[in-house]
Amino acid sequence: MEIFQIQFSTADLLVIAPELVLSGFALVILLMSVFARSERRGFLGYTALVGVVAAFISLYWGIGQETSAFSGMVRIDPFSLFFKALMTVIAFLTILASLDYAKREGIGFGEYYVLILFATVGMMVMASGVNLLIIFLGLEVMSISIYVLAGIMRDDTRSVEAAFKYFLLGAFASAFLLYGIALTYASTGTLDLGGIGTVLAEQAWIRGLPILITGLALLMVGFGFKIALVPFHMWTPDVYEGAPTSITAFMATGVKAAGFAAFVRVFFYALPALQPYWTEIMWILAVATMTVGNIIALSQTNIKRMLAYSSIAHAGYILVAFVAGNDLGRSSILFYLLAYCFMNIGAFTVVILLGKKGEEHTLISDYAGLGFHHPLLAVAMAIFMFSLAGVPPTAGFMAKFYVFSAAVKANYYWLAVIGVLNSAVAAYYYLRVLIYMYFREPEKELAIGGFSPAAVLAVIISVWGVLHIGILPSTFLALAQRSIRFLL
Amino acid sequence: MNPVGFPILTAVTFLPLVGAIALLFIPRVQEEFLKRAALAISLVEFAVSLPLFIFFDEGVAGMQFVERVPWIPEWGVHYVVGIDGISLFLILLTTFLTVLCILSSWRAVERMVKEYMIAFLILETGMIGVLGALDLVLFYVFWEITLIPMYLIIGIWGGPRRIYAAVKFFLYTMAGSVLMLVAILALYFLNGKATGEYTFDLLKLYQASLPIKTQYLMFAAFAVAFAIKVPMFPFHTWLPDAHVEAPTAGSVILAGILLKLGTYGFIRFAVPLFPVAAFKAIPIISVLALIGIIYGALVSMMQADLKKLVAFSSVSHLGFVMLGMFAFNAQGVQGSVYQMLNHGVSTGALFLIVGMIYERRHTRMIADFGGLAKVMPVFATFFMVVTLSSIALPGTNGFVGEFLILLGTFKANPVYGVFGATGVILAAVYMLWMFQRVMFGAVTHKENRQLKDLNLREIVTLIPIVVMIVWMGVYPKFFFKKMELSVQHFLYDIKARYEVVVPPPPGAEPPLDRKDEGADQKLVNTKE
Repeated sequence: MEIFQIQFSTADLLVIAPELVLSGFALVILLMSVFARSERRGFLGYTALVGVVAAFISLYWGIGQETSAFSGMVRIDPFSLFFKALMTVIAFLTILASLDYAKREGIGFGEYYVLILFATVGMMVMASGVNLLIIFLGLEVMSISIYVLAGIMRDDTRSVEAAFKYFLLGAFASAFLLYGIALTYASTGTLDLGGIGTVLAEQAWIRGLPILITGLALLMVGFGFKIALVPFHMWTPDVYEGAPTSITAFMATGVKAAGFAAFVRVFFYALPALQPYWTEIMWILAVATMTVGNIIALSQTNIKRMLAYSSIAHAGYILVAFVAGNDLGRSSILFYLLAYCFMNIGAFTVVILLGKKGEEHTLISDYAGLGFHHPLLAVAMAIFMFSLAGVPPTAGFMAKFYVFSAAVKANYYWLAVIGVLNSAVAAYYYLRVLIYMYFREPEKELAIGGFSPAAVLAVIISVWGVLHIGILPSTFLALAQRSIRFLL
Repeated sequence: MNPVGFPILTAVTFLPLVGAIALLFIPRVQEEFLKRAALAISLVEFAVSLPLFIFFDEGVAGMQFVERVPWIPEWGVHYVVGIDGISLFLILLTTFLTVLCILSSWRAVERMVKEYMIAFLILETGMIGVLGALDLVLFYVFWEITLIPMYLIIGIWGGPRRIYAAVKFFLYTMAGSVLMLVAILALYFLNGKATGEYTFDLLKLYQASLPIKTQYLMFAAFAVAFAIKVPMFPFHTWLPDAHVEAPTAGSVILAGILLKLGTYGFIRFAVPLFPVAAFKAIPIISVLALIGIIYGALVSMMQADLKKLVAFSSVSHLGFVMLGMFAFNAQGVQGSVYQMLNHGVSTGALFLIVGMIYERRHTRMIADFGGLAKVMPVFATFFMVVTLSSIALPGTNGFVGEFLILLGTFKANPVYGVFGATGVILAAVYMLWMFQRVMFGAVTHKENRQLKDLNLREIVTLIPIVVMIVWMGVYPKFFFKKMELSVQHFLYDIKARYEVVVPPPPGAEPPLDRKDEGADQKLVNTKE
């Protein structure tokens, strides 16, 4: 192994411009929060918003680029650009939803926003890293930030429990991932994704190597944990329920998107030669993830837990595309994550809007009569629920349609059938939210803790996203297809 | 191109949606204005749909008023709409019944009037979309869209067990249609691989040649989705619940149009896409249809609740529609299409009538009535006409449809015909017995003595229906001449493609009993 000589130029810095912008803003906010008086901390959130927007603008430079930087450690290409853009959107919506929520819950100090920004940086590194260690680095930056964020409501035992649980299990998962990286390195002699791909393509003997296969399995466990695949999903409901709702939204979309970005990059870029080995396992994982997620979600009474199990099921649908593995499948992963980001953040933001200090109103039965008292909010929630259930004309339908068409194209008929039956099952629990909102009289007056214009804006953006992708998906489809082309 | 030089079909499809959006801006307290606005929108919609009929060229067998715009070019999905003689009438029936539904809801709906009207108008867009769509994805999208407003209509404005009924309705339909989605995708890719053109265009997919076994599976997937909607025995269990719990107008639309989407699905999608499988499935579908006819009738007979009785009679009537369609001859299919319209008119009217009486007495139990004919003579007259139409008395629309269906069925398979005919008798039994218990005899309950007869609005609601009943019964040619060629085209097409795979025995009838020699040429022409 040659010694890494870390040299870089300004061109290299441009490649990671969004990460730099976000880190810079994070540091500024950190400093500001030290010096700002506590009653003036409101603007920290707005600064974070500006940072995210600046990072989004800095993406502009990367359009059309396909270069590596830092001695081939990270890459800027349409794929990483897509995910970076997606992550800034997720961070933007999360911060919008948080502005008043964080103040209400007393967690609106600088660290809250700083950690969101750092987590976003970690996610971006995961999406752009083409070296296993860099991917791991990104994953850890993201994970550690999220561990803290999950437990940021220090006085709330559930929040602390969530953080602790997530940290313990997450540390294990990271260890698995690292071990998988080590074994992959041991058998191929390189950490570079492209290099691994070349070695595997050229040296046929290595493909059946037990060490490599073990490494592959461990990599799957590591990524599977982050994106909450069954059977590595046990942490999800507890953590999603205990964490602050805005962070839950962030985890359900951002962490999942970053996990899938790295997962796709590693498996389709470095390990395509091993496809016969991993496809069958993925098939089983996909079926288990969809089915377990949906069936357990059926019996949930807490909306955050329900959405947690639903997010497990959605990871299963995405995995269907993963199994299909064809051109459609790969681009449908991107498309699905985009659609999922809007509908899921939207739903969580509605949950945020309906809570107030100390009373989160997270039971589905708390929503009884919402359709009468808050008709617009209820309509938005209904749109998100229909989208999650995959009913047209919403993003959820188009995304499912894409994923299942990939499966059918690759002749995985059974997988597609199991998938669509699953989405029929899932309709039941999403509809239950509607039943409470529209068909039941309110049991008690739902006291809402103040109006939050920022969160309302997040809901509006999400509704727009869900309907735009659902009715005129062409632009987004083209985007997803362009972004994945380099992998084909 | 279309004769009016205006995308009229798109206008008809989306006008209610635009109306629904307009209603959003009316304050909810102005309920009277909301109702009037909704009525006005539905009337305009009906007026806009009439040119479809006027300019419909009866000399063309294929699709008319076709519009084609790329929608999702990445997937080969287009916005393609067009109608032929079959969908034409179903669209007209939709716009017609929607007007009556809104009229009938004037007093029945007391809360959330705004949402109710919006739901109804969106539902109208969804239904017309299904009937006009000539692209499988477009069709599927509209098909699913109809679920949402109907689910809300049952769930919000329905009876005491509305939640159960609404969820059952939604899940049944959804579970059926997701498998159809897989079949649609499979069809898309198989056809694409074979021809190199990846498209969801229905008219192009008609030409797809698939392996026989694949056809069976796909036909099964489509057939289950549609059979649940029709509903055919044994998929009918959601229907009585949905009907009983739905508000009156919801039941009218459910019976009048939504069920027809199932039968229409067979005639437009399942059968012509997979003709070989469809022909092989004749025994299964016919037997299930017969079971539906007889079972539905027997169960109707035993109902104590008027609405349930009408609901089960739908199962029976829709059995006739399926039986006639799967006779696959001109009489059977024409009768089947005609019976779809009849059922929409008569059963829709029956639900309206049950609704009217329910508004007065807040009960639907047959035992709570009796002797109403004396108290409400106008009501009794309307009820009688509709009842007779439902039991297919000659001179009413029902007779024409059922007669043709039985004619076609006897021609195709006399055994099915014999069993089918018993359904006609049973229908007379349960309807007349019900009518007798409700309307004749002495007034046994004193609450019924004070019942008010129909008011002007209710009479206005029912008169168009009676007109249609008589018109369709006495002068069916007016309707047949527009649908005849489309039905022949349908038969010609599926038989020709069936016989490519399964050659007819020597000396068998030609695929079509034709009157004129030029028909062949006429049938292959489509007009865009």
